[in-house]
Amino acid sequence: MGVELKLSQLAVGSSAVVRAFPSSGGAFLRLREMGVLPGTPVTLVRTAPLGDPIEIKVRGYLLTLRKSEAEHVVVEESGPGRP
Amino acid sequence: MPPVPTSASAPVPSRQPVYAIVGNPNCGKSTLFNALTGLKQKVGNYPGVTVEKKIGTVYSQHGLPMPLIDLPGAYSLAARSPDEAVTRDVLLGRRSDTPAPDRILCIVDAANLERNLYLVHQVLDLGRPVILVLNMMDLLRHTGVGIRVARLEKELGVPVIPCEAVNGKGLIELKVAMSRPDLPLSRHAWNVPSAIAPAVAEIQASLATRDGRPPLVARAEALLLLTDQDDLRVAGSAPLSQTTRDILAGWRRRWEASGTDWSGTLVTARYDAIGRLVAHVTEQGPPPGPAVSDRIDVVVTHPVWGWVVLASVMTLLFLSIFTLAEVPMNWIDSHVAALNGWVKAALPPGDLNDLITDGAIAGVGGVVMFLPQILILFFFIGLLENTGYMARAAFIMDRVMSRVGLNGRSFIPLLSSYACAIPGIMATRTIEDPKDRLTTILVAPLMSCSARLPVYLLMIAALVPGDRVPLVTKVGIMLLMYALGTGGAFGFAWLFKRTLLKGAPPLMIMELPPYRLPRIKDVLLHMVERAGIFLKRAGTVILAISIVLWALAAFPKGPAGITAQQQVAQSFAGRAGHALEPLIKPIGFDWRIGIGLISSFAAREVFVSSTAVVFSAEHLKAGKGADIGPLRTALRDARWPDGRSLFTPLVCFSLMVFYVFAMQCVSTVAVVRRETNSWRWPLFQIAYMTGTAWVVSFIVYQLGTAMGF
Repeated sequence: MGVELKLSQLAVGSSAVVRAFPSSGGAFLRLREMGVLPGTPVTLVRTAPLGDPIEIKVRGYLLTLRKSEAEHVVVEESGPGRP
Repeated sequence: MPPVPTSASAPVPSRQPVYAIVGNPNCGKSTLFNALTGLKQKVGNYPGVTVEKKIGTVYSQHGLPMPLIDLPGAYSLAARSPDEAVTRDVLLGRRSDTPAPDRILCIVDAANLERNLYLVHQVLDLGRPVILVLNMMDLLRHTGVGIRVARLEKELGVPVIPCEAVNGKGLIELKVAMSRPDLPLSRHAWNVPSAIAPAVAEIQASLATRDGRPPLVARAEALLLLTDQDDLRVAGSAPLSQTTRDILAGWRRRWEASGTDWSGTLVTARYDAIGRLVAHVTEQGPPPGPAVSDRIDVVVTHPVWGWVVLASVMTLLFLSIFTLAEVPMNWIDSHVAALNGWVKAALPPGDLNDLITDGAIAGVGGVVMFLPQILILFFFIGLLENTGYMARAAFIMDRVMSRVGLNGRSFIPLLSSYACAIPGIMATRTIEDPKDRLTTILVAPLMSCSARLPVYLLMIAALVPGDRVPLVTKVGIMLLMYALGTGGAFGFAWLFKRTLLKGAPPLMIMELPPYRLPRIKDVLLHMVERAGIFLKRAGTVILAISIVLWALAAFPKGPAGITAQQQVAQSFAGRAGHALEPLIKPIGFDWRIGIGLISSFAAREVFVSSTAVVFSAEHLKAGKGADIGPLRTALRDARWPDGRSLFTPLVCFSLMVFYVFAMQCVSTVAVVRRETNSWRWPLFQIAYMTGTAWVVSFIVYQLGTAMGF
C-alpha cells in the first residue's frame, strides 16, 4: 500500500491513484466528469512556473487545477511515473 | 459504410433532417463545422445570453441542403457555463429560437477517447440518431493506440466515421452517412446503478407526466438532475413542477441519510461503462516516445523559458500590431482623406456636404483606421487559441491573476486590450465563469490602448520644454501611464470581485490540449467573422455619434466669414464646453479642453484633431505621422482669460491621467453592450471609469497645485 496524501502534495513526476474527494461542490463534480474518479490513476506532470496551478495527466490527457482545489483530493502514491 | 445491424431505427423525417454538432472543447469541432459548411454560415447570438449561435448548411449526397447547428463546446450536459447550458437546452429541445436537432453529430478527439466519450454517452441517452465522428486520427497514430472502428460501431450501434477534419479526410464518408434516409438508434445500453435506478424511473415518470417532457428527454433530464446537485441549474429555463422537485428532494434526503454519493455513483457508472467499451475497441501498440507536444511543453511551461516564450510571443504580437498595421492604417488614412476631398469638391458646398464629409466620412474613417490593428489582434488571438498556446498562457499567468480574484483565462483578453479593448472584450467568451468574464470586460478598457497614444504624445510634447523631447522622458511618462492603467485595471478587478461580482473562487480546472498546427483558413474565417461583428455592431453607433458630434460643432451657424475656431467656440459644442467648465476646472481644464473631451468620445485620438481646430492650429492632420509642431506651439500659447498659461505641465499631466481612466470610446461601449446583453453594464462602465478619471485627475491637479507645480 502506498502512502495517502493530498494531490497538492504529490511530487512532480510521481503517479498516484485517486482515493477520495468531497462529494459536493461544483469543482469536484466537474473534476469527476472530467474523468478524475476514485480509483483513477493520475500523474503529476508539473507545476506552473509560479508554483500554482498544477498539471496532471489523467486518462491520457493533461488537466490543470489549482492547489486550493487539489488539496481536497486524497491520493495514494503508486510510485514515480512517466511524466 | 459497413451496414450496421439495427434493432431500432429512427422515424424518417419528411423534410431534410436538422443536424447539430456537439463535442468537447478542443476536439476540432469548429474545423469540422467549417469544413462541412464552407462559408455558408450564419453567425449570431442566442437571444438572452451571450453565446455564439452558428448555423450552417451541409449539402447531402443528392445536393439537398441540411441545416447544421454548431453547438458550443461542452464537457458535460450537466452544464456549468452559459455555453454548456445552451448546448444542453438545444439538445433537450428547450430553446424556442432554435429547432431541436433531428440527428446529432458527436465529434470526439480519437486520441483522448475516454473523456470525450463521456459527453457522447450522455447524448446517446437522448435517444436520437447519432453519428460518431472520430476526429484527429492523425494524432491517434502518434500515441501508438489503435481503434477498431468496426467493433466500436457494433458496440454502440451507430455509424462511426474516422476523420481528420484539418485536412478533409473522412469528410466524404461523413456526408454519405449524414445523407442516409434512416439512421439507427444506438443500442448501447448501460446499467444505471441499482441504488439510483428506482429514483431515475420515478423522476422520469414525473417529468413525463407532470412537466410534459417527451419520454426520452425525461430520462436524460432525470439523469442530469441526479448528476448535478443543483436542480435549478439543470432546470435552467424549464422550471420543474413542485411534485418533481419533492420527489427529487425525497430521494436526496434518503441518500444523504444512508451516505450514498448519488452523483458520484452515476458518473462512475458512466466512466465504468466507457472504460469497458474503450478497452474492448482499442489496442495498445508499441509504446511511443515522448510526444512532440510534451517536448514543446517542457520548454513552454519551464520556470525560466516559459517566461521567455510568453514575453516573446507577446512582443511579437505587439510588434506586428504596430508595424504591420502601420501600412494599411496610413493607406486607409490617406484614402479616407482623398475620398473626403473628392466628395467635398463634387458636391455643392453647404451643410449636406459638410455633414457627409466632416461628419460621416471623417468620423467613420477615424474608427475604420483602427481596423487593421483589430484584424491583426483577432488573427493572433485565433492563432493562440488554435495552436493550444492560449491554455498555456492561462496556466502560467493564473497565479498572478488569482491575486485579484480572476483566473488565467483573463490574461490574454486583458493583454490584447493594450492594443485595442474591442478584440480583448470579444475574446472574453473563452472565460467560463460569467462573473469573471464580466469583471474582465469591465476593466479591459483601462488598459492603455493605442488610440490613447496620440493624446499621450501630444501632451508629452506640450509638457516638455524645448523642441525635442528626450527619449528617456518620453518613455518614462509613457510607462507611467501604462502602469497607471494596468494598476487601475487590476485594482478595479480586485474591487469588483469582492463587492459587485462576488462569487465562488474561480475554478482553474482546464484542459491543456495538445499543440496543433492551426488551419489558417479557420483562423482567417474567425478573424473576418469577428471583424464583421464589430463593424456591424459599432458601425451604426459610430456613424450616429459622428454625425451628432459634427452637428454639435457645426450648429448654430455663426455669421459668415468667421474662422473655424470662432465657429466651434460659438457652436453647441462650445456651449457644452462652457457648461462643462465648472465641472472640469478643478482638474485644470477650461472649456476648450472640454470641447476636446466631448468630441473625443467617438474615439480618443479625435482629441488631437478637435484640439487643433479649437486652438486654431490649422493644417494639422490627425493620425499617424502628423506633425504636431504647430499644435504644440498653439497649446503653449493658450491662456486662461486672466493670462495664466493653460497647458502647464501639471495640466498636461492631469489630462493624460484623465485619458488613462476615462471611457472615451463609443465603439467599446457598443461592443460591451453586445457582450453583456444589456445597457446596464456599459453605462456603469462609463460612470465608474469617467468618475475615476475625474477623481484621479482632481487629486493630481490639486495636490500638484498645492505643492507649487
